[in-house]
Amino acid sequence: MAETTELQQPKGVRGLIHRFYGGAPLLGILLGFLACTFWENIIGEALASVLLLPKMPILFGLVTMSKVFAGLFNLAIKGSPFELFTLIHVPMALIYFGVVYAVPLAIVVRLTVRPANAVARSLQQLPLIVTALVHLGFLYAIFHVWVELSDYRLITLKLTLIAVLLTLSLNIINGYMGEFSCSHPGFMAVGAYMSSFFTVGLFVNDKVLGEALLGIPLAFLSFPLALIFGGLCASLSALIVAIPSFRTRGDYLAIISLAFLFIVKSFFENMQSLGGARGIMGQPDWASLPVIFIVVVIGVWAINNFVNSTLGKALNAVRDDEMAADAMTVDTRKTKMVAFLFGAFWAGMAGGLLAHVLRFINPAMFGIQKLAEVLAMVYFGGLNSVYGSIVGAVSISLLGEVLRPLEILKWIFIPLLLILVMIYRPTGLVAFKEFNVRKSFGPKEVD
Amino acid sequence: MPLLEVIGMSHYFGGLRAVSNYNLSLESGQIAGLIGPNGAGKTTIFNLITGIYQPAEGEVRLNGTNVVGKRTNQIAALGIGRTFQEMRLWRHMTVLEHVKMARYSKLSYGLFGAFLDSPQRRKEEKKSTELAMEYMELFGVDQYADQLVVNLPYGAQRRVEMARALAMEPKVLLLDEPTVGMTPEEMVDMIMVVRKAHERFNLAIFLIEHRLRVVSELCQNVQTLVFGEVLVEGTPNEVQNHPKVIEAYIGDQEIDF
Ligand SMILES: Nc1ncnc2c1ncn2[C@@H]1O[C@H](COP(=O)(O)OP(=O)(O)O)[C@@H](O)[C@H]1O
Ligand SMILES: [Mg+2]
Repeated sequence: MAETTELQQPKGVRGLIHRFYGGAPLLGILLGFLACTFWENIIGEALASVLLLPKMPILFGLVTMSKVFAGLFNLAIKGSPFELFTLIHVPMALIYFGVVYAVPLAIVVRLTVRPANAVARSLQQLPLIVTALVHLGFLYAIFHVWVELSDYRLITLKLTLIAVLLTLSLNIINGYMGEFSCSHPGFMAVGAYMSSFFTVGLFVNDKVLGEALLGIPLAFLSFPLALIFGGLCASLSALIVAIPSFRTRGDYLAIISLAFLFIVKSFFENMQSLGGARGIMGQPDWASLPVIFIVVVIGVWAINNFVNSTLGKALNAVRDDEMAADAMTVDTRKTKMVAFLFGAFWAGMAGGLLAHVLRFINPAMFGIQKLAEVLAMVYFGGLNSVYGSIVGAVSISLLGEVLRPLEILKWIFIPLLLILVMIYRPTGLVAFKEFNVRKSFGPKEVD
Repeated sequence: MPLLEVIGMSHYFGGLRAVSNYNLSLESGQIAGLIGPNGAGKTTIFNLITGIYQPAEGEVRLNGTNVVGKRTNQIAALGIGRTFQEMRLWRHMTVLEHVKMARYSKLSYGLFGAFLDSPQRRKEEKKSTELAMEYMELFGVDQYADQLVVNLPYGAQRRVEMARALAMEPKVLLLDEPTVGMTPEEMVDMIMVVRKAHERFNLAIFLIEHRLRVVSELCQNVQTLVFGEVLVEGTPNEVQNHPKVIEAYIGDQEIDF
């Protein structure tokens, strides 16, 4: 397998990257990133001041550069003052990126090809769960070290991880099942409110929800219960959409789910006992990075299991030809129902996490804008693909942060990008690609 | 008692009477044929038997129990497998996935087994893969196992559809024009495939055909349908030479005797 991919090497920049990293297993690349994050912890600050950067670049220097462009743009449009000197930030940020990330990554990956392959090979003899845990351990270590330098990184990473879960849960319905659902922010809202109701109501003295009912020390251990409670409530609320939509064949789902989104929003706006339009505040600070990481990993794992089982593949059969699915004994109604409720459950979990990261929620957060965001992630990344959802959620989240200094222009760039993707890759960047866990952890032989 | 029995079945599309007072009796192990010009209502009869449409009148009995009113997937699971005139394969799925899907109703690991990748799920999926490979080998499509069906040659796609229908382990197999659009060589090949399936699984087969040659090679009994009504019924020879049949077919260019 590795040999055939070696034969048809792509050309250009991609070819260069491929030739460089092609022989390295995932383990080696993770190791490289880990080295980069440690390296940045050591030299980041000093390097930034040597390079005359105002402060240490936070997102690989991308924000630094986009700030310069924003300055130029404001000069051109509004004539706001612009210090020419700041132009130097662009090459300096690139140098920073090269010194801190690109070069060390290349060196470490290159140097560890052999040992990393050997380790990957011996890991392959062990049960898949062990291999998976080793890789996830590395990934977590990277995250852990990377966020140490800034709280902004921490919150961005948390929100990105939550976005991955949300995107994947919508991909079940819009991608794997091939129907168009708009209700996901609604499920998220239900999950966010119900888990907050659980945690704030039981353990926090709050103006809206009253005195804490329980004052137990190890209360945070109940957080998984709160999240699951939120997810189950979201699933339950999904029945309101699923029952009328899947009774008959036809494209009612889009319209019913959109109605549901508005109903949920105005429901919470009018529920004074849940804070009305002002929402709920003061959620306990339990959504730490490890908690979110574990929940998201479990979510991705469970969803990937489902879509790769015959019960889950039935979704593809229903999407591609429902009559044939029926005639081959597939219970199409049950299949759709299950997928929809399962997707809603994970959206509810994501909502619960979000509520405890931001530590405030209000109905306005779960409206059309949220819908546009998650739809963009699903369709940009790729339908019917776990990889696609990860790519979509990460790139749209990052892009949102990077383009933030450009203010209004951001709302031109992102839709433009989406339109381009829709034209050239109508199903998204990495659509219909199966997530083969075992293969992606395996060794890569070259020489 | 016949394995599959249809009694006094009628169906309307709006005002159009597509099938009227249709009767069928199929014994286990028998191969019967249904011929007739385009638009006669042949496919509609299949759709009525498999529960895709509900008949206005009449009964469909499998092993003596009426299945009218049951859902398509339930009727299929009771033992009526079929193929489609226009094939109806799943364009984003591989050949192996097609054949495995037909074993949907035989899986018992349940939803949580699927979510959590339980040992039972792994065992059942493995067994189902092995069985699917056997069916694919039988119809000579095992070498395409991991390819998307849309990339297969036409004849192979038809054989995938047969493998899929048989992986359901049906008692009755309904074949809707299995040789449509085939070259003469592919047609001979398909006749062999149907024979093989019949011998191997001792199936009752009910076959819609446009080409009388296929019918006369395979069937013991043939019905001729014109405007939703059975005109003549008998052995292929009797039907072929019946004056009414010849009359009904005049002007239908697509028929080749
Ligand atoms: N879903 C439908 N709605 C309305 N009319 C239909 C439908 N399906 C088939 N028909 C009509 O019923 C008649 C029989 O069709 P069909 O059973 O497909 O014929 P055959 O398979 O014998 O060529 C045709 O006149 C066709 O136009
Ligand atoms: Mg037909």
